[in-house]
Amino acid sequence: MIKEKYLHAGLLVFGVLAPFLFPNYTVQISLLWIMILFALTWDTLGGQMGYNSLGNIVFFGVGMYISAIVQIGVVYDVALYTSPDGAALTGNFAPAQYYTGLALGILAAAVGCVILAVLFSQVFFGLRGPYFAIGTLGLALAAGELVGAWDYVGGGGGIALPVFPSDPKSQGIFFYYLCLVSALATYVFLRWLYNTRFGLAINAIRDDEEKAEAMGIHTKRHKTAAWCTSAFFLGISGALFGNMTGFIEPLEVAFPTITFGIFMVAMALLGGKGTLWGPILGAIVFHLIKEVTWTYLLGWQWIALGTLIIINVVYFQQGILGWARDKWPDLFGLTVDEAMSSGSEKRGSS
Amino acid sequence: MWDNIMVLAAAPVFNVQLILDGLFIGAIFALAGYGLALVWGVMNVKNLAQGELVIMGGYFAYVMTQLGLHPLLALIPAFAIMFGFGWLVYKIIISKVIERDLFTSLLATFGLALVIQQGLNLAFGPEVQTAQSGMEIRSIFGGNVTVADIRVLSLILCAILAGLVVLFMKHSRMGQAIRATSQDPRAARVMGIDTEKVYAFTFALNAAICGAAGVLISMIWVIQPFYGVPHSIRAFVVVTAAGLGNLPGVIIAALGLGVAEQYSGFVLGAEFQQATVVMLLIFVLMWRQFQMSKNRQVVQ
Amino acid sequence: MSTPTIEVSNVSKSFGGVVANKMVSMKVEPGKITGLIGPNGSGKTTLFNSIVGYHPIDEGSIKFQGKEISKLRVQQIARLGMLRTFQQTRIYSKMNCVENILISVPHRTATFSDMFRKYPAELTDKAEHLLEFVGLYQKRHLISGDLSFGQQKLLEFAMALMNEPTVLLLDEPTAGINPTLINGLIDRLKRANEEFGITLFVIEHNMRVIMNLAEHMYCLAHGEMLANGTPDEIQNDQRVIDAYLGAH
Repeated sequence: MIKEKYLHAGLLVFGVLAPFLFPNYTVQISLLWIMILFALTWDTLGGQMGYNSLGNIVFFGVGMYISAIVQIGVVYDVALYTSPDGAALTGNFAPAQYYTGLALGILAAAVGCVILAVLFSQVFFGLRGPYFAIGTLGLALAAGELVGAWDYVGGGGGIALPVFPSDPKSQGIFFYYLCLVSALATYVFLRWLYNTRFGLAINAIRDDEEKAEAMGIHTKRHKTAAWCTSAFFLGISGALFGNMTGFIEPLEVAFPTITFGIFMVAMALLGGKGTLWGPILGAIVFHLIKEVTWTYLLGWQWIALGTLIIINVVYFQQGILGWARDKWPDLFGLTVDEAMSSGSEKRGSS
Repeated sequence: MWDNIMVLAAAPVFNVQLILDGLFIGAIFALAGYGLALVWGVMNVKNLAQGELVIMGGYFAYVMTQLGLHPLLALIPAFAIMFGFGWLVYKIIISKVIERDLFTSLLATFGLALVIQQGLNLAFGPEVQTAQSGMEIRSIFGGNVTVADIRVLSLILCAILAGLVVLFMKHSRMGQAIRATSQDPRAARVMGIDTEKVYAFTFALNAAICGAAGVLISMIWVIQPFYGVPHSIRAFVVVTAAGLGNLPGVIIAALGLGVAEQYSGFVLGAEFQQATVVMLLIFVLMWRQFQMSKNRQVVQ
Repeated sequence: MSTPTIEVSNVSKSFGGVVANKMVSMKVEPGKITGLIGPNGSGKTTLFNSIVGYHPIDEGSIKFQGKEISKLRVQQIARLGMLRTFQQTRIYSKMNCVENILISVPHRTATFSDMFRKYPAELTDKAEHLLEFVGLYQKRHLISGDLSFGQQKLLEFAMALMNEPTVLLLDEPTAGINPTLINGLIDRLKRANEEFGITLFVIEHNMRVIMNLAEHMYCLAHGEMLANGTPDEIQNDQRVIDAYLGAH
């Protein structure tokens, strides 16, 4: 087995020191942590449970908006703030007000998204396979359109979030660490989760849901809980991303279905879905390639992205880790237990 | 919103306008929907690039007008070239995912959709375009209702195209092979049908139908590189509501969708038109789910 | 006499215009092995599916230990302690054998927080013991989808045993299994019945197998219950012979 503790240590050291080692890339590396969070939470449903959602981005956007409303709401009337007269208020947050609002906002975003996930579960888990994917895609598109038509939250014009009560550099570092912590928390939580009965149960649902039902597994309960887990962390990431950007609007920032929404899927697939490290690996590789090449592609970047997805899906579906597992099965513990061929009798007598 | 409903109640003639416009547009949705049902039914591929194929076709008409020709002339090249394009897409992408699980084909076609969108964006820019047909617009009901000749013509062309496709499926060798393959691909293979060719032809035919639909759309409505997604969603709404292999159902669902969109655009405001399509998708899925759950089944 | 484990009374089920079961009644007695035979298309699997709640029945009643279950869903029925295996073997093909068994622990008393527990060592031991019982111990760390069809069938059987059901419904347990392995399977089925006290209800095409196994048998033909009795009685029943030979 690959020694996981070295990976842990390496990532942690990099995570903590990155803003000092690469001060010019704080934003990009913050985004990397969010991408890792995206890929991990997508994989909970898509890889581990076999429910391929194309609409998980909805929780990102909803979290962002819930957080914004709460952050503004603790100090001002939201409707006034989002009206044209409210433009002057964005900088009027005392540090105490700002941090209280942010803490409450992130909390509300996480909780709100979980509640929403419970509601969506009632509706969407009757759909299987491609219908689930299309239904959730519709969900994400609908969310963007509906929020865009809702004037209370600024409609299509968006909202400027409260301004960070210090210089932009501290803001970058502040949110960098929040992103780092939430990505690590996601990893630690999912790592624990996949090692409980829950992990096996959602794997069983992925492999054969009808069999899982016939064996009496509480499939609905597991599916709901899995989506809630995704929603919880995605809500937090949305709240953080909104505050990092400073200005949110429905289509490009909060519900970017064909950018972040599809990145999640692409990253998890690239790394190898259904594994813990696959999505992380995929996110790192994807983000690195994207950040390095994006600006050189001169408008062709989206075509490159589409092509990457096609190649990934069509020719390299098992992903990086899946490929490695096929090549070196021994490293992943997939072995016939030859040593026990004589030992089985011994066991029988014991 | 209430004001708009009152307008409709006070002046019923506006309803006529909305319904007519809905039917004209809906007829074109039926083409794309039929194409999707064809591909879905025959090779079990859910093509998320359906709308992009439509928009691609639309740009043929746009190019025609740029060349100073009548956009209707684009029908033939759009049909032919899109047929070739569909064949190519099948060979490069679809043939590799056809045996895999369904999400694979969904995602592969989603990637294709991205490529087409961005390709069109690079080639034609993000502006909203329409192909001017230069045909007359008539007024009926004392000028309260307008009907553009091009819309009537497009409806007729839709009907002719659909009729031709149906005749083709019923009577040609290839049409029969397609229907046989959709019922049981293995049996078809055993009987000597080259299913690989059938699949390629089916996907190419779908692309060609979409291309023709796109030409019509660009003449009676608008096109833009990123307007494909709602068209894909529409096709899914139509097929999910009608079920596979149900041509009358597809036509009724598509016309109904066209009318529903016109009404919601008028009553709720134009910005809700897209949202309506998506909400209808979710509604149709919910409805199917409710129906299935009565038999303890799920939608899959 | 004690309450039958399964009591089916006057159950009818049709699909569209096709009547698959017509006024079928039967009983499965606790602790026994009951067999169900019938020519192809006689409605055996439909009856199975009706009992385990896979589809709603048109009329009649199905009771499990005296409790009406015809309105319950598959999962609820499974959690009551009635389990079925599938004709086309179904296992969790991307998980390894031990995991397949572990996830099959009984879920009838599972609470919300149980979802997030780990498996205690006793359960892992029990899982390995069951794998040994069906002869798959050495392959326990392999991905179950890579096993042969017969081995998958055995694995499915072990999964069912892990679930500690009151009654186990087996849909053609020997179909597709190498004839040399069939005796071993019959032996294991009998041991499951005797040692674990699991009531068995078996659909089987292989007459030799079912005659060996069952203590009481039912025969379906054209969706109707044709005959029931001990294996000997069934074997000598002229109606059963006619049904199998296609005479009317």
